This record gives sequence, C-alpha cells and structure tokens, in this order.
Amino acid sequence: MCYGRFRNVATDGLRPPAPPPPTNHSILTTRTHARILEGQTVIVPGTDLTGAFRDQYTRTYRHMLLARVLEDRLAAVYRAGGKIVGGVYVGRGQEAFSAALGVQLRKGHDVYGPLIRDQAGRIAFGEPILDAIRTYLGSIKGPMRGRDGNIHRGRPREGMPPMISHLGSFTAVINGMLMARRLQGREAERAVGGTGIGDGGLSTGAFHEALNQAAVERLPLVVAVANNQYAYSTPTSRQFACHDLIDRARGYGVRGQVVDGTDLAACLKAFTDAVQRARAGEGPQVVIGKLLRLSGHGEHDDASYVDPALRKGQAGRDCLEVAQTFLLDQDWATAAELSAWQREAESEVDAAFAIVYREALPDPYQESWQALSRADLVEGSSHAGPEL
Amino acid sequence: MSITYLEAIRLAQQEALASDPRVFLYGQDIGAFGGAFKATKGLHEAFPGRVIDAPISEDAMVGMAIGAAIEGMRPIIEMQFADFSSVGFNQIVNNAGTQFYRTDVPCPITVRLPSGGTPGSGPFHSQSLDSIYAHYPGLVILTPATVEDAYTMLLEAVQIDDPTLFCEHKYLYYHLKADALPDEALPVGRARIARPGIHATVVAYSAMVHESLRAAEELAAEGWQIEVVDLRSVKPMDTDTILGSVARTGRLLAVGETFPWGGATAEVISRVASEGFHLLDAPPQRLNSKDTPIPYHPNLWKVHRPTAQTIASSLRQLLRY
Ligand SMILES: Cc1ncc(C[n+]2csc(CCOP(=O)(O)OP(=O)(O)O)c2C)c(N)n1
Repeated sequence: MCYGRFRNVATDGLRPPAPPPPTNHSILTTRTHARILEGQTVIVPGTDLTGAFRDQYTRTYRHMLLARVLEDRLAAVYRAGGKIVGGVYVGRGQEAFSAALGVQLRKGHDVYGPLIRDQAGRIAFGEPILDAIRTYLGSIKGPMRGRDGNIHRGRPREGMPPMISHLGSFTAVINGMLMARRLQGREAERAVGGTGIGDGGLSTGAFHEALNQAAVERLPLVVAVANNQYAYSTPTSRQFACHDLIDRARGYGVRGQVVDGTDLAACLKAFTDAVQRARAGEGPQVVIGKLLRLSGHGEHDDASYVDPALRKGQAGRDCLEVAQTFLLDQDWATAAELSAWQREAESEVDAAFAIVYREALPDPYQESWQALSRADLVEGSSHAGPEL
Repeated sequence: MSITYLEAIRLAQQEALASDPRVFLYGQDIGAFGGAFKATKGLHEAFPGRVIDAPISEDAMVGMAIGAAIEGMRPIIEMQFADFSSVGFNQIVNNAGTQFYRTDVPCPITVRLPSGGTPGSGPFHSQSLDSIYAHYPGLVILTPATVEDAYTMLLEAVQIDDPTLFCEHKYLYYHLKADALPDEALPVGRARIARPGIHATVVAYSAMVHESLRAAEELAAEGWQIEVVDLRSVKPMDTDTILGSVARTGRLLAVGETFPWGGATAEVISRVASEGFHLLDAPPQRLNSKDTPIPYHPNLWKVHRPTAQTIASSLRQLLRY
C-alpha cells in the first residue's frame, strides 16, 4: 500500500524532538525558512506564522492525519475481502492540498464539491468519517444507502453534493449552486464554492465548459487542480501539451497559482488567498498543486508504471511527513503530541467502524426502486423490471 | 385571438417566471435576442437577470441547472435544438437522472428540446430524442402535440420535482393554432383520445398525432373509423389508455418520428403484446422514421419520417389482416 521510501505514520517511529523552539512564533527561524523554500513555487515568506496560522496548520494537519488513517483502514478492509466491494480510492500524498481547500470553507455557508482523492478535504469541510465508512460498506444509515458507493457520496442539502464518476461534470454543478445564490439575491453572503479536478479530468470538455462558464459569470469558484502526474496510468505528457498548466488559467481569464502540493504551509497560503479573492468578488480562482499520487489509481492497482525518479523528487514527498517535520521544527507539536494525535485518529476510526459494522445493509425487498421523487409519475410495476 | 404552439411556450415561460421566483431561464441567445425561435421574446426585459444567455456549453448549461436546482431554484434550460442536447447528454442522464435515487434530494430541472424535423433542416437540426432519454431512469419525458398541452405541460414541467424533458416539436411551432389557452388540463402521465374510432388504434405523440389524424380522416372516407391516442408523455406512458383503446379496436399501429430501432413505439407494442395479447385481432404494427440520418432535401425528408400517407397505407394493411 505504501512505497518503501514513504514512512507510514501508522507504523513508523516519529522524528526525534525538534531543536529548541524559536522564542517568537510569529517569525520563522532562518534555518527553517530556508528549508521550506527549497523547490517551492509559491513563496512562503509573508506567511503569517502567528497563532492563527499555527492553529489552522495544526488543525489541518489533524484532518490530513485522520484521512490517512481512515483510508489506510479502508484499504486494509478492502484487501481483506468481503466487506468492501468495487474498490477503494485514496488520496494518499494529496491530503495537504485537499485539506487546505476544505478547511477554508464553512459548512452550512459555502459549497464544496470533493472529488476522488479528497477524503482530507471532506474531513476538513466537516463530513463525518461515518459517512465515508457507511458509504464504502453500504450501510443504510449512510447518505447513499447502498445506492452508490465509495467516493460517490455527499449531501446536496448540506452544500456538498455527491460527484458522479464522469470527470469534469461536477464543476458546472458547483457553478449552479453559486448561481442560485446570486439569483436568490444572496451574493452579499459571500459564499464560495470549492471543488477539485485532476490533471486527467482537466482534459474533459465538461471541465472546459464549466470553467469557462464560471469565468463568464465571474462566479466565486475555487478549483483545486491536483496535478499528481498520472491519470490512472497516463502520464501528463499524454494529457496536455501546454508548457505549464497555469497557462490554462490565463486562457480562461482566471487567476491561477501553482503550489508545491506536498507542503501544507504553501497550500494553506495559496488557498487562503484564492478563497479570499473569490469571496471578495474577484471571480474564479485556480490553484494547481504539484504532487504525486502515492498510491495506485485504486487499491487494486500497483502503480508499477510510475517513474521512480518522480517518487524521489520534490513532488514525491509525503505531505504528511513534511507537515510532521514542520510541526516539530516549529515546535508547534512535540513527538509525543504527534503520537497522541495518531492514536486519537486511530481510535476515532476504530469506533466509527465498530458502529458501522453493526448497521443494516440494504435490503432489496425494502428498497423503493423508485428513481423519481413524484411517485405518481413512476411507471407501473409491470414496466419497471423484475418482481422480487 | 389566435395562439400558436410557439407562443404558448413563450407564454408558459412568462407565466412561470411571473408566478414563481425560483424560475429562471438559461440558454443560448435567449436573452435580449429572444432565442433562435423567439420562444423567450421579451422575457429578458420583463424579468431582468432571470433570462440568461449561456455560452455554447450544453454540458455546463445542464450542470448549472442541476446545481441551481439543488439550491432550490427551478431552472428552465433551452437547448437551441434538441440535437445539441447530445452534448449535455451526460449531465441529463447521469447527473440529473440519478440524483434523487442516489441522494433523496429531487432535481427539478426542465430542459426544453426543440425537436423533430422541418424541411431543409438536415441531419443535425431535426432529431427527436424522446426515446433515447426515456430509456434512462429518473427522467420525465413530455411530448405535447397541441397548443393547449404545450402551455399547460410546460407549466407543469416546472412544477414537477424531477428532471423533465420537454420535447416541443418545431414543425408545430407555427402550424398549430388555438383560440385560447386552457384553464384545465389532463394530468401528466395521462394519454388523450384525440379521435375516437372502432376499427384500429393509432398510438402517436407530438407531431405524429397530426399526421395520424390526417390519415384517420383519409380512411374515414373509405369507411374506417380509426381511433387516435395522443400519448402526451412518452414517460410515464399511459398503458391503461392504450390497452383500453386496443380493447375497443383489436388493432394497433404505433407511430413515432424517432429512428426505428427500439424507442417509444417499440415500448407501446411490447406492452400491448404482453398485457393485451388477447385483445389483438392482428399483429401489432409500428411505423418510425427510416434508419438513416435525417436528410436535408425536402424530397427526401418528407418520406424519411412517417406521414399521413404512409400511416394510412400501414393502416390499410393492418385492417386487411
Ligand atoms: C469522463 C470519464 N472518463 C473516464 C473515466 C475513468 N477514470 C476514472 S478516474 C480516471 C483517471 C483520472 O485522472 P485524474 O483526473 O488525473 O485524477 P487522479 O485519479 O489522478 O486523481 C479515469 C480515466 C471517468 N471517471 N470519467
């Protein structure tokens, strides 16, 4: 499940304690500062390292950690066989980039359209991990009640509709949710819509239509483009020919940023900025994260096609490890605290699985088999498929 | 006063906008220009901000409608031609059509599809897509054949909490006229006996109702009384009314303008064969367009789709059996 060089936080030892902390948390020590800057596209200087940022960073790290622990467990249950059918799709290596957007959005106020590798963003937005486990296991208490599975889950009425598989088609739905608020005269509420897309999904006509639509309407849309170097097995060289994806944003008349998607600090800074601009009425924002999918496409896939050089490079860093180092270096957490958070995440996942394992699975005899909300418009049973 | 089918569609949208603040219109050239067929003429001015020009992005148009519907709006999407809804097909069948089943949250969008052939329109401005959409769960397919139904069913489409495809026939836009708009209508899902008869039943919908009525008129001169059933909605399909008619006549011809493989007419035959086999005095027949793209030149176009003449000759054969 994890490549040799990536330390599994669930099993590996944690780093030794950091050197003595800087006396003032509001500025970085020169040493740390320089190290963070290595290979980064967006510059960290200017990052607010005051209490508020520390708080946001720490909170987001814990969302990432919970996502990792949860997805490791889902993958293990899948591999053990029997309980999870279909597949498991994880966001390993993308947690920082995903959560950094989710954490900016307020559930009940903003809109969020998470995609395939956005478990961390979902947790950051406020989706209970029970929703994930219930959907994977098919519990009738979950939002999808066995009618859809895995990452195809959401709660439209809570501002987080479920994706359909068809890549690219989700973005326009988020546009519509934002458009509705405009038509309802609620623009002063300054709600923002965040959503994701991969380097592969970027090639769909649907995504092109939707981003252009958002630009024409100047909607407060923030798109997180996770350039994880592969779409299933297809490398980016077979996906697009432009020099840099940032050119795409320019082509739409949309503001774009590129960040090191393995660096939580950089991701938080980029998304804070993008979300603020969208809220302020500056129109759609695109944030492109450079990172690497540290898993197969799904848990069935060994990803043997991934170029080993990429794994060793900057994009191949594990964002969770990078964040742990940062927390220790900043003295924002001790090794003991990191371990405690890890244990907390594990017991939260344990407890949630224990609940869901006891829940009922869908019963074909209880199922309504009704695809319309208007029961009077449903075709008579003899035209609607086999009788049970 | 004389109201065309097209004017009824415009008036229904005006009424929907006036009576329901959740309604908005989104489509290409529908704003100040009033739409390619002028189905939204004047509405942009009358309802500022609610009649919105869209880029040529059928996928994003339907996607936008789905999102807006989730947030409590009642969008009406105008496809410039039904043919181009193929670009929005995925959003219609996979996103809108699955939403209620997956989430329990209804998806009340209306998609207007200017459908069917007119002379000279060619392969890409003439299609009828009712049957292909009807194949998918979670969608309601309305196929009005009269000015009255165009008006009342469009208003009803907006009220229906589920994704509704409103297949309005372009050939009827200017050809059909009514003196006044109705206050009452049959509910959606109920077929209408457009002409009573005893010797054979023609089940048709949309423009084919009028071709069938003309065929019935032709056969009346030969002494045959043909019953014409106007389905009004392809999905749900009013099987009871079809079976009731076949019980009276014992003979069935289903007529549709879509391509011949499968579709609404095949569905009619299949239902009658399985549930009304004992009612039939002759093998049930169906008539659709030819199995080629829809040709451009009127000489070809007129025989590509069923017409009063071909319906009449099919009926004669059916009656001879
Ligand atoms: C329109 C469409 N075509 C094909 C697929 C099958 N598919 C699912 S995920 C995937 C790869 C997606 O790659 P990318 O968008 O880069 O996201 P990643 O998986 O790398 O996160 C493909 C081809 C799909 N879901 N939708």
